[in-house]
Amino acid sequence: MAHQTIRDILADHPAFLGFEGAALDLIADCGLNMRYRAGDLLFREGDAAETVLILRHGDAAIELAAPGRGTLRVESLHPGDIVDWSWLLPPCRAMSDARAVTDVAAIALDARCVLDKCDEHTELGYRLFRLWLPHLARRVRMQRLQLLDLYGSHAR
Amino acid sequence: MPAEAAISGPMRPQPFRVTEVQRELDDVVTLWLAAEDRAPLPFRPGQFNMLYAFAVGEIPISISGDPSRPDALLHTVRRVGAVSSALAQLERGAVLGLRGPFGSHWPVETERGRHLLFVAGGLGLAPLRPAIYRALARPANYAGITLVLGARSPREILYAWQLAGWAAARAMNIHVCVDHAGPEWGGPVGVVTSQFPRALDGIAPDHVSAFLCGPEIMMRHGCGDLEHMGIHPERMWISMERNMKCATGLCGHCQFGAEFVCRDGPVFRYDRVRRLLGIREV
Repeated sequence: MAHQTIRDILADHPAFLGFEGAALDLIADCGLNMRYRAGDLLFREGDAAETVLILRHGDAAIELAAPGRGTLRVESLHPGDIVDWSWLLPPCRAMSDARAVTDVAAIALDARCVLDKCDEHTELGYRLFRLWLPHLARRVRMQRLQLLDLYGSHAR
Repeated sequence: MPAEAAISGPMRPQPFRVTEVQRELDDVVTLWLAAEDRAPLPFRPGQFNMLYAFAVGEIPISISGDPSRPDALLHTVRRVGAVSSALAQLERGAVLGLRGPFGSHWPVETERGRHLLFVAGGLGLAPLRPAIYRALARPANYAGITLVLGARSPREILYAWQLAGWAAARAMNIHVCVDHAGPEWGGPVGVVTSQFPRALDGIAPDHVSAFLCGPEIMMRHGCGDLEHMGIHPERMWISMERNMKCATGLCGHCQFGAEFVCRDGPVFRYDRVRRLLGIREV
């Protein structure tokens, strides 16, 4: 199999749907291809959030350590998902742990690099966040449903 | 006139004996019932019976067993209120009153040739299980069978013992997700709707017939997401739950718009009730 550049990988990934040419080159400048083994921590709560991690293959999970309850797995992530958004929110510290549930391949974009490119090329920033924000909104909506404790003793 | 002759027909409970009690979860049991006269009680998947705990009260409980085994009538009961608690405490040999079966059914047999998608949340798997039994009895009749099941946590997965058998038989694709879990749980964590893209990957949406049962908000969001994915509203069915009392459409307790859940439901085609689902306090 021919070696794939990070640009090739981005061009095939749904998180960059419709991006091509110079726009893809700009983002590819910020990117690396990462691999994790099942069980590896992708990051730990409190770590500096300097990377936009986007899953290509495999599953990951968001975990929170709760005193007296151990580690709680609260959300599963699948190929196409952006693992976390802490890189966008000052003070840019991870607000949870993230762990590879299976072997994982991910695109890792340097967050500072992406944000600088977006500031410099505002149309790129608009297109990128227009593509990414629905993903964030979908996850917020699902987590609201989770908060309802739908299957608790009050439910059928 | 003797008192016992004053009530007849569907309003008169018949005595059924508990022949087996299976503990499913901490607060959930399945009661195996047999008529005192040993006559089988044929039913269709999705129908319910009114179970009467003597001196306590009567509640509607969906039939959760195999429709090809009407001699072994199963009801899965969660201990919530006074009547369900009384039912859940019954032991083998106890007698209860039963009226039924009542209501509409899951139309799995009319959906031959299509891909059946069962979506269950929590105890919602119980009313769907007869339809799953019916489909799995003749899997070649369908393009495929998929179950997406949501539970509160790994230890609160209903019929977990049976899911393993179904998975091993390979006649049905099973996706189980939970709201929260420890790191020992290798499956997905999230709401059932989060599993739809994976469960339906490679399946043409216009070939899918979906059957959803669980908390109403789960069904409302689930149907909305499935419709967004291209599944036709007239190919989705949901099972509603309301305050059913008479079970014959007379008392009006379970009125749902122009419908009575006990008589016209509990299984409704989604496009026929979609508007009602959006009206609060209906």
